[in-house]
Amino acid sequence: MKSIYVDNAATTKVDEEVLTEMIPYFSENYGNPSSIYSLGKENKKAVELAREQVAKVLNANPEEIYFTSGGSESDNMALKGIAFANKHRGNHIITSKIEHPAILDTCKFLEKQGFEVSYIDVDENGILKLDDFKKEIKDTTILISIIFANNEIGTIEPIKEIGKIARENKIIFHTDAVQAIGNMNIDVQELNIDSLSLSAHKFHGPKGSGALYVRKGIKFEKFINGGHQEKNKRAGTENVAGIVGLGKAIEIAYKDIEKHNEHLLSLRNYYFEEVLAKIPYIKINGDLKNRLPGNANVSFRFIEGEGLLLNLDLKGIYASSGSACTSGSLDPSHVLLAIGLTHEIAHGSLRVTFGKYNSKDEVDFIIDSLVEIVDKLRNMSPLYEDFLEGEIK
Amino acid sequence: MNYSEKVIDHYTNPRNVGNIKNASAVGEVGNAICGDIMKMYLEIENNIIKDAKFKTFGCGAAIATSSIATEMIKGKTIEEALALTNKEVVNALDGLPAIKLHCSVLAEEAIHEAIADYYRKDGKMSEEEIIKKCNLKAENFIHCHE
Repeated sequence: MKSIYVDNAATTKVDEEVLTEMIPYFSENYGNPSSIYSLGKENKKAVELAREQVAKVLNANPEEIYFTSGGSESDNMALKGIAFANKHRGNHIITSKIEHPAILDTCKFLEKQGFEVSYIDVDENGILKLDDFKKEIKDTTILISIIFANNEIGTIEPIKEIGKIARENKIIFHTDAVQAIGNMNIDVQELNIDSLSLSAHKFHGPKGSGALYVRKGIKFEKFINGGHQEKNKRAGTENVAGIVGLGKAIEIAYKDIEKHNEHLLSLRNYYFEEVLAKIPYIKINGDLKNRLPGNANVSFRFIEGEGLLLNLDLKGIYASSGSACTSGSLDPSHVLLAIGLTHEIAHGSLRVTFGKYNSKDEVDFIIDSLVEIVDKLRNMSPLYEDFLEGEIK
Repeated sequence: MNYSEKVIDHYTNPRNVGNIKNASAVGEVGNAICGDIMKMYLEIENNIIKDAKFKTFGCGAAIATSSIATEMIKGKTIEEALALTNKEVVNALDGLPAIKLHCSVLAEEAIHEAIADYYRKDGKMSEEEIIKKCNLKAENFIHCHE
């Protein structure tokens, strides 16, 4: 059976070119970058080249890039590191209600450590309520952390404006850009960003490799204690192959990002057109304009997401859902609830995220499969029966 | 999700999907907030469950437990159907992941609710007797099964 992978927001396939670049760092150039002999020095060079590749894309300085194990670590390192190092200035942090758990859970931890956190609402499209946000700023606010583009609904936040407000108030601004990097141009100077997280496996790089950008001059605590690696902020022998893969992947991602975005956008728009034309009683979740090009999040009324995913899986289609049944918790996605969806509509959500290896033929196959599966599940649903009998609207 | 072959078979090709027009009994449990609703239709003649059908809004495990539960009670007496436990449903499916066990509880409750509906229509038992015989749960608040 042919498989169709449309869960590119979860992870992506490693690009062949990236893999080729990485392999020698397992078998031939296996030295420790901290060693002074030539085998180590070669690796040190490779790590520094990757740092330059990342810095170039962000319009940052290479010395402002710290390599980590991925997006979650970068978010932890930024929030904990900045909060603890700036505690003398205040204890207040502002974030949003639609952050990734790597931010939300870290904020919950910081609350236990004596920090105060404000969680700002978003509107029905997932865009941060700027007025509410401004009202929360006070003398003790030391850090603002807002997701660049949401992982579930793809909504892109007004980052430049948030950064401007943060700067005017002398507050450090961190953004979790894990979903955005590789899908849009990000210039940390232009957007007033002080700190940013990214993860290689979201743009066809390897898993377990990420980076944190922190503007020069911003104080933050060392995150992993031990040796002096990563400018004494994160101890541990560098994941050289992973870092090389990250550097190569980000370089490829930005070589022709306009063309990449056009490709994703054409697939996404075609999917939206087709699904709206062929399946009734659906709702597109998230903002239509300020949205990542590959993200399509649609709720199918009267059915539940896990049933949908299992049936898609039987046809070789890999996607995801905001349903509680797929998360292991009792509640559906906090993001879908934050944009005001009822539990029923949130349970019936399907996230399809396109990537560079997807094609229009695949969209056709997904749509044909959805028509059949949604019909089958609705005919099984007591909610649909009630709806047809006019008992619910 | 790590489902057994039996579960996959039942959510892929669920048995007894549908409703029964003028059914002797209908029971509905769960709610949309929790993400599971099970509606069970029974045709009962001379104390025997002649036919059982279901409609379910929910995950793969909810669909599979509804499907196998209808199979397990067909041809049984009311008393036998009431004695069916969620553990027997789980065993018949060769197990369920721990976080999905609540689906089997819903299936058991749906059968009990349907039989209670049958007794209510019958009119011979008091509500108190029905609640006791069918072991009904209080329904005045929304609680999601864990």
